[in-house]
Amino acid sequence: MAADATSSPAAPTSALRRFFAGDVWHSFRSSPVAMLAAAITAVCLVCALFAEVVAPHNPFDLATLELMDSLKPPAWIEGGESKYLLGTDGQGRDILSALMYGTRISLLVGIASVILSILIGVSLGLLAGFVGGRMDALIMRICDVMLSFPSILVALMISGIGRSLYPHAPDMLAFVVLVLAISLTGWVQYARTVRGSTLVERNKEYVQAARVIGVGSLRIMRRHVLPNVLGPVLVLATIQIASAIITEATLSFLGVGVPPTSPSLGTLIRNGNDTLFSGEWWITAWPSLTLVLITLSVNLLGDWLRDALNPRLR
Amino acid sequence: MTAPLLEVSHLRVEFPTRHGTLLALDDISFSIAPGEILGVVGESGAGKSLTGAAIIGLLDPPGRIAAGEIRLAGRRIDNLPYEQMRRIRGKEIGAVFQDPLTSLNPLYTVGRQLVETITTHLDLTASQARARAVELLASTGIPAPEARVDHFPHQFSGGMRQRVVIALALAANPKLIVADEPTTALDVSIQAQIIALLKKVCKEQGAAVMLVTHDMGVIAETCDRVAVMYAGRIAEIGPVAAVIHRPAHPYTAGLMGSIPAMDEDRERLLQIDGAMPRLTAIPPGCAFNPRCPHVVERCHSERPELALVGATSAACWRPVTLEGAR
Amino acid sequence: MLVFILRRVVQAVVVMLSVAFIAFMLFQYVGDPVTNLLGQDATDEQRTALRKDLGLDQPFPAQFARFVVNAAQGEFGISLRQGRKVSALIVERFPATLELALVAGFIALGLGIPLGVYAALRRGKASAQVLMAGTLFGVSLPNFVIGIVLIWVFAVELKWLPSFGRGEVVAFGSWTTGLLTRDGLLHLILPAFTLSAFQLTLIMRLVRAEMLEVLRADYIRFARARGLTDRSVYFGHALKNTLVPVITITGLQLGSLIAFAIITEQVFQWPGMGFLFIQAVQFADIPVMAAYLCLISLIFVVINLGVDLLYFAVDPRLRVEGKSH
Repeated sequence: MAADATSSPAAPTSALRRFFAGDVWHSFRSSPVAMLAAAITAVCLVCALFAEVVAPHNPFDLATLELMDSLKPPAWIEGGESKYLLGTDGQGRDILSALMYGTRISLLVGIASVILSILIGVSLGLLAGFVGGRMDALIMRICDVMLSFPSILVALMISGIGRSLYPHAPDMLAFVVLVLAISLTGWVQYARTVRGSTLVERNKEYVQAARVIGVGSLRIMRRHVLPNVLGPVLVLATIQIASAIITEATLSFLGVGVPPTSPSLGTLIRNGNDTLFSGEWWITAWPSLTLVLITLSVNLLGDWLRDALNPRLR
Repeated sequence: MTAPLLEVSHLRVEFPTRHGTLLALDDISFSIAPGEILGVVGESGAGKSLTGAAIIGLLDPPGRIAAGEIRLAGRRIDNLPYEQMRRIRGKEIGAVFQDPLTSLNPLYTVGRQLVETITTHLDLTASQARARAVELLASTGIPAPEARVDHFPHQFSGGMRQRVVIALALAANPKLIVADEPTTALDVSIQAQIIALLKKVCKEQGAAVMLVTHDMGVIAETCDRVAVMYAGRIAEIGPVAAVIHRPAHPYTAGLMGSIPAMDEDRERLLQIDGAMPRLTAIPPGCAFNPRCPHVVERCHSERPELALVGATSAACWRPVTLEGAR
Repeated sequence: MLVFILRRVVQAVVVMLSVAFIAFMLFQYVGDPVTNLLGQDATDEQRTALRKDLGLDQPFPAQFARFVVNAAQGEFGISLRQGRKVSALIVERFPATLELALVAGFIALGLGIPLGVYAALRRGKASAQVLMAGTLFGVSLPNFVIGIVLIWVFAVELKWLPSFGRGEVVAFGSWTTGLLTRDGLLHLILPAFTLSAFQLTLIMRLVRAEMLEVLRADYIRFARARGLTDRSVYFGHALKNTLVPVITITGLQLGSLIAFAIITEQVFQWPGMGFLFIQAVQFADIPVMAAYLCLISLIFVVINLGVDLLYFAVDPRLRVEGKSH
């Protein structure tokens, strides 16, 4: 990103200031869509992180639930109360609060999966690119095969195997299996990108020179290859967060995702599906809307980021 | 003198961009007589290809013709609606582009592409069109044309492909061919063949040619007249022998001087100092003034028009032959 | 070319064997293989007999080989949850899923390609931009949300279409189809559109991107320079070149559709293989999971192979080892 050209060479420009003076920030400021998407994402993040503080009720505290208040419609419809802004479900839980807690779970699982994906993918990519030979061929074969299977299938299989192996697993383990399942669907893209960059760098002369004087491979990879792949990996990550969130929601909707004691948006939608026919549409509608809003915002941000970081389009 | 086939008058081509309007062609005027071969030579970015594109009406947007006229056989063609211009393309003006590999659709046989062009413009039955296609391949020197007409482009070598492209350009008997660097992408040994072929078939059909290239050797071999372009303007235009041996414009003189001669002993190649200005930074007055060895005060303020100097027309306030300087 | 086919077939076999291996591991080590084969109600005698029969004391490779032979014949034991032979269950459910996937595929292709072409040709116009904005929605909307919304609009509010099940089906031997009855067709509409939504947006985006790329090519410019009509240029030259890569991707989509049907079948209670599979995952029904895994892998591998061969048929550059002179 271009440094501020008019600053005198002696004045120290911090990295933060350089960022704000650069092209990426400028492109962000001039795109209302990107800013809106970022704003929505930020709001969701805040609600999720600080649900205990922001939410009007705690839907999981059984002591505060009133069965009398169950199945109330949103506040602006006849029969609703302003106390339960978006209505309540079959057990008197406030939908708005459940949304916030649910968003937290969805975002947590989504982000954790992507981070794990990146770790797995980048490591395997570096390995394949640097070691080469049979290892490279093997990893690439695995990538090819994994790419030809849809992600939902892989996630389901792993989830199913986990359940079979540990039928009465504690919640923590269920989460771990879930995150693992989703992350194993997304690592391939990172591996390929990183492998490509590694191959390019490996053949450069300065790398060969470094090896001759004994600099370790790990150090070379860290100092030279990683900075180059950061951009594409970042773009991939934003796009994949949306897809990870959707995969988690789908798995939870199907009943094989998060444990029922920690409902995510997918679980909420599943719960509300039963009452759709009797007319209590709000129980499903609000979680669905929130889910769509989050994934749309993240996708838009990812799109914008990809265009902003693409030198060819500028 | 017979009426010119193509007449370009004061043509201006602009590119409106975010940073302002770029003037890519600035007041270009020239004409081509029927059956004549006009060479258009100049450095990359001088505007040669753009001139060709403007004539056939395929300027890439946002480029557009801002002023001037283009007349084909007396009829104005620069302001025609798309559909009418389409009918002129191929039928009255043919085009040959630089890269024969990418000019041909890899998924269609050569014959199909020929027949398609023929039936679009000429009223022939399918079998007549196919016969003509074979004939065209034969006339461009492709051996065994009856068999090869059903081959795909990737089954031909580079030189053969360019012959196919020439056949396609001539398919509907146009009177003018715009050839944009037709030999640049070919091996040197093939270049001579293709140029000779182009010259031959155009003479046979009586077609005029506008040959755009940066290769003076090709110009010398093939053309009747040549126009030298610089920074979107025509610096000099005239009969080939005159422009090459008695250039009037200092730029042309510099170009000719920089061509190494077989019979000369030289330590260093001659070159013109500096570089052609970018479209965004064309100096006022004569565009060549920063690099010109004969520059005077007037060159910085007034832009020269084309004026007859000896056998050629040059846009210069101090043409070389006038001063006798060389 | 024969070498190519041979190589691909060998690759396919290797992939199938790896998948079979994973399925085998599931069978042997997750849960009890004897229970997997006999069901939970088997007597002790039957178990001991089977244990001996299976040669569970035999070396690993022998057991694996036996599993592969069985699998190749479709023998996967008995469903732990339903107590019936897995092969029977799958045969029963397969037509429902296949029909759903095929219809969804047709919708995705039939709408996706024309819309993508339109978006490319009318680039920059408002209608095209609206379309592309719509595709962003399509990619962000999860399959099940689309299903729920469609159910709510068309089944609950408007009451035009049914919201679950397959409706009336006609049987041909062991194959059942819903395409021949009005009721069956009505039941097919909502699930098919739901399933096709994601693929539809993908195809639209792909076709548009490819077409824009193709329209920039030199041969398109040359075609225009020869005075060919817009129709020839767009629908003759450009479209054909656009469809070549699109064909391969859409071929692969069929497999994807069968997999995504899992979700759609759940939303619409569609009695297909996907529904069966979800129940298997929920109840740790290993034999069904293993069978589904092998079947899906087979379908994918066959489709991949088919698409590769299709590429050969369509792109002449791959067919003839060009002799140039």
